[in-house]
Amino acid sequence: MGVLVVAEHDNEVLQESTLNAVTAGLEINAEVSVLVAGQNCGGVVDSVGKVAGVSKVLSCEHELYEHQLAESLAGLIASIASDYTHILAAATSQGKNVLPRVAGLLDVAPISDITDIQSADTFVRPIYAGNAIATVQSEDTIKIVTIRPTTFDAAAADGGSAEIVSIDPHDDKQDLSQFMGQELTQSDRPELTSARIVVSGGRGMGSSENFQIIEALADKLNAAVGASRAAVDAGYVPNDYQVGQTGKVVAPDLYVAVGISGAIQHLAGMKDSKVIVAINKDEEAPIFQVADYGMVADLFDVVPKLTESL
Amino acid sequence: MKILVPIKRVVDYNVKVRVKSDQTGVETANVKMSMNPFDEIAVEEAIRLQEAGTAEEIVIVSIGIKQCQETIRTALAMGADRGILVETEEEVQPLAVAKILKHLVEKESPQLVITGKQAIDDDNNQTGQLLAALLGWSQGTFASKLEFTDDRLKLTREVDGGLETVSLSLPSVVTTDLRLNEPRFVKLPNIMKAKKKQLDIIPMDSLGLDTTSRVKILKVEDPPQREAGIKVDSVEELIDKLKNEAKVI
Ligand SMILES: Cc1cc2nc3c(=O)[nH]c(=O)nc-3n(C[C@H](O)[C@H](O)[C@H](O)COP(=O)(O)OP(=O)(O)OC[C@H]3O[C@@H](n4cnc5c(N)ncnc54)[C@H](O)[C@@H]3O)c2cc1C
Ligand SMILES: Nc1ncnc2c1ncn2[C@@H]1O[C@H](COP(=O)(O)O)[C@@H](O)[C@H]1O
Repeated sequence: MGVLVVAEHDNEVLQESTLNAVTAGLEINAEVSVLVAGQNCGGVVDSVGKVAGVSKVLSCEHELYEHQLAESLAGLIASIASDYTHILAAATSQGKNVLPRVAGLLDVAPISDITDIQSADTFVRPIYAGNAIATVQSEDTIKIVTIRPTTFDAAAADGGSAEIVSIDPHDDKQDLSQFMGQELTQSDRPELTSARIVVSGGRGMGSSENFQIIEALADKLNAAVGASRAAVDAGYVPNDYQVGQTGKVVAPDLYVAVGISGAIQHLAGMKDSKVIVAINKDEEAPIFQVADYGMVADLFDVVPKLTESL
Repeated sequence: MKILVPIKRVVDYNVKVRVKSDQTGVETANVKMSMNPFDEIAVEEAIRLQEAGTAEEIVIVSIGIKQCQETIRTALAMGADRGILVETEEEVQPLAVAKILKHLVEKESPQLVITGKQAIDDDNNQTGQLLAALLGWSQGTFASKLEFTDDRLKLTREVDGGLETVSLSLPSVVTTDLRLNEPRFVKLPNIMKAKKKQLDIIPMDSLGLDTTSRVKILKVEDPPQREAGIKVDSVEELIDKLKNEAKVI
């Protein structure tokens, strides 16, 4: 009995966060299997087979799983769950959508967004936007857990040679949910949650046009672009830029917060960054309490200057 | 259709919580409590569906201590029709909440349950998905837009890459994200009116459900504190620090 990790992918590319989940799995048990469910996803199966530490890849190809809909995927995962002690996924929008549904099917209390593993049944997770840290113990036979990718290193993408087995789809041709379409944000920049540098803008940016100032700096630093909730709500940037308690959690080497006040909900998503820079014209802004380097200044003066001087 | 909206009473989002010295949890005595913000969005969405003629009745449910009645009254003042408090002094975890909600769904037969995506105290983000699984219903999590077409629900979801649209069978469980709507402010006369609306109280123990906690909380601690750093006066100084001191660029 080992650990099952649910891979996240778009049938072509494996999400980096799955590698973090594999590491978490290996901390629990040396026997880690990864489920790749999808349609025409052979490339993903091959790349998971090469991930260091993975013993077995379960490949399940069927149109039911093409779009990773929770209703189909959860049924499949639940049908194989009894072979494992733990079912793990990254705490991404995908993992958060699917794993609790699996738990509901199995009558298990899931555990969300863990940042540390103390033993096979004891985990650490932030609560109250990271203002408190809880150590919790699961009393269920199967543990269903999502892991916070930024707190587990990525397993090496190469070096493994896992056994690959095909499994049958779970027989429920249900019509509960149908995929209709998606509007994905196109960007050549690094992915927000795994980027080494992140530059984020807040309400202080004032408009979506002004966000170009942030983008120019990000391009100079080869950084990802993030935002506060206020900037997303105001329509300056798409929803997937939101960093925070209820958005994405990032922990880059360098986080640059521009025109962001530093509400606890925002800090929850970035305060584990290695180095934090804050640029804000209000010297009382709470962001300065977590910033390694603070600059009290008008962003419209200093950010273009910074971009130019780099 | 009838809509059921589960709401949780939580520490207000503006409060910076303090961990109790005995490490059993966070201080909630004399702390401002409010409706979970995502649940306000859920109530608002239900009311808009009622105003649009899609929904007939909105039933609010909260599970918790007797003070949750105040939170339910707030939802009634926003415009919901009636409330149910499942009263308990115990801590109720998402799986147990979902079991209680399933019981009420079977009694009330709503076509739609709208929950928040996440309660901002325990940050679990589980209850809606658990309930959908227990009921065998479709689930539309992290919703930013709802459109009813024929007998299905077209729902736009906020996902990590952007937006996704799905078509869901009804009945369904929907969980709200921040961009779904902006909740209305409660008007004073409506607070008076809400006092007269029906609010039933059911003791949790009377339901005969297994609501024991499966996740034991061993301890709750303060997070590591981050020290404030220094202020820099110029762009040159900032670049110098980042290059030579922090060595991150
Ligand atoms: C349920 C819930 C969930 C939430 N989740 C999140 C979340 O995940 N992420 C998140 O970020 N927030 C979240 N929030 C919102 C959070 O509480 C704050 O409202 C938000 O983070 C504020 O964004 P901001 O700092 O951009 O805006 P503000 O607080 O308005 O700050 C703008 C800052 O810009 C500065 N500024 C203005 N002009 C200039 C200039 N020219 N030059 C320099 N500085 C300037 C101002 O001094 C100010 O400090 C959530 C709130 C709730 C209720
Ligand atoms: N005690 C409760 N009473 C009523 N609804 C709840 C309760 N706990 C959770 N919920 C609902 O479930 C949603 C998600 O909560 P959670 O899974 O705890 O993050 C909340 O936004 C509420 O809509």
